[in-house]
Amino acid sequence: MFQHFSTAHVIFLAEHMLETLKLVGLAMLCGCPGGLVIAALLRSKIALLRNLAEAFVYLVQGVPIVIVLFMSYYGLPRLGITLPPFLAMGVAFTLFTGAFLGEIWRSAIDSVAKGQWEAAHALGLGQMTTMLSIIGPQALRLATPPSIGFLVQLVKGTSVVSIIGITELTRAAQIVSNATFKPLPVFLVAAGFYFAINFPMTMMSRRLERRQVQSSSPTN
Amino acid sequence: MFGLEFSGTILRLDMLVEGAITTLWLSGVAMLAALVIGTCCALALRGGTLVRGLVLTYVEVIRNTPFLVQIFVIYFGLPAVGVKISPTLSALIGLSLYGGAYAAEILRAGLEGVPFGHIEAAQSLGMKPASIFRNIVLVPALAAVYWPLSGQFILLLQTSSLLSAISVAELTAMGNSIQSLTFRNFEAYIFVASGYLLMTAAFRQVFRWMHAILFPFMKLER
Repeated sequence: MFQHFSTAHVIFLAEHMLETLKLVGLAMLCGCPGGLVIAALLRSKIALLRNLAEAFVYLVQGVPIVIVLFMSYYGLPRLGITLPPFLAMGVAFTLFTGAFLGEIWRSAIDSVAKGQWEAAHALGLGQMTTMLSIIGPQALRLATPPSIGFLVQLVKGTSVVSIIGITELTRAAQIVSNATFKPLPVFLVAAGFYFAINFPMTMMSRRLERRQVQSSSPTN
Repeated sequence: MFGLEFSGTILRLDMLVEGAITTLWLSGVAMLAALVIGTCCALALRGGTLVRGLVLTYVEVIRNTPFLVQIFVIYFGLPAVGVKISPTLSALIGLSLYGGAYAAEILRAGLEGVPFGHIEAAQSLGMKPASIFRNIVLVPALAAVYWPLSGQFILLLQTSSLLSAISVAELTAMGNSIQSLTFRNFEAYIFVASGYLLMTAAFRQVFRWMHAILFPFMKLER
């Protein structure tokens, strides 16, 4: 009556891992520019813009991603915007990514030593040049480990779209589990796929972080 | 504007309150359990190779796989091998294990940050080992990582929203029920989202109070 849990099912899961990666790609593609904008607004000299960006980050970080998902899935049609489910997910994850990366990047920019701004100013460099060639590269280095850390959160976060019925890795695992009635091995294999994506990123993030601590300790 | 119609949701506010209470106690208990698990794991990381390996495996597996898949393993997987547990118990186990792995990582950093000189100083003052551990190692380590840890615990509150997927009647699940009763999905989730924002703010405030009560000596440093 039930199918056996076989290699065909594992291949089915692997195929849907690609859907998960597609969602992650979409979120990063739209979320990274969003994060840059939020980071810029958070550092804006205009109080209104700064407060708006702060409110946005507070709202998105204060509400579970599932609820953000439901709200964009059900709320956008109310605004007269009808999107296919996949893109509605994209909107939710763009907001999520923008809020978190914006906050990470703002703190990276603020962490660059103040003397660097002053030195650039003393050399007569303009705001834009200072940002792009003095502060930016140093902030990028500081921001890389936490950004990779966020990417891990994002890969895990995309599993919630299974609740709405997008067939990515977690949803595929549910389907296989229902067909084979072998939930334990099926979900463990799915977990293994997630682990295979995330663990290398976690390791890389940690190694970069350790290298930064080492390289910055003698000067401080 | 947008044809919002809240009356159906407002009529069922009691469901939302009930769900919020479930969310609060589930995440509260899980936070305490996570603190205990995290402390034990962080201390175990200083032990022998085998214990270290086991703890590191636990921490990395939990941190690198989605919570949703973890609760599916517990809720659907364990009964299939003969361990029968209720949704609430699976939820508590899942949430505690999830929070515990993150807490372990944060607390490990806290313990590593205790300077060895402090311990030596305490020893030379003749403090007993138990007292050194409590007053010189554990409490300052907890104080040092208090804010990252409380931030992680607030994320745990939000993670609990996924428990609706295993039919635990917490706030998100109540929102789902209300939207299927009223067909007013967006309105229902606006209320649910506000509920989470309120609970997040409440937890932040409680953490601030607790910090003042638990670590009065931290005020001196500011």
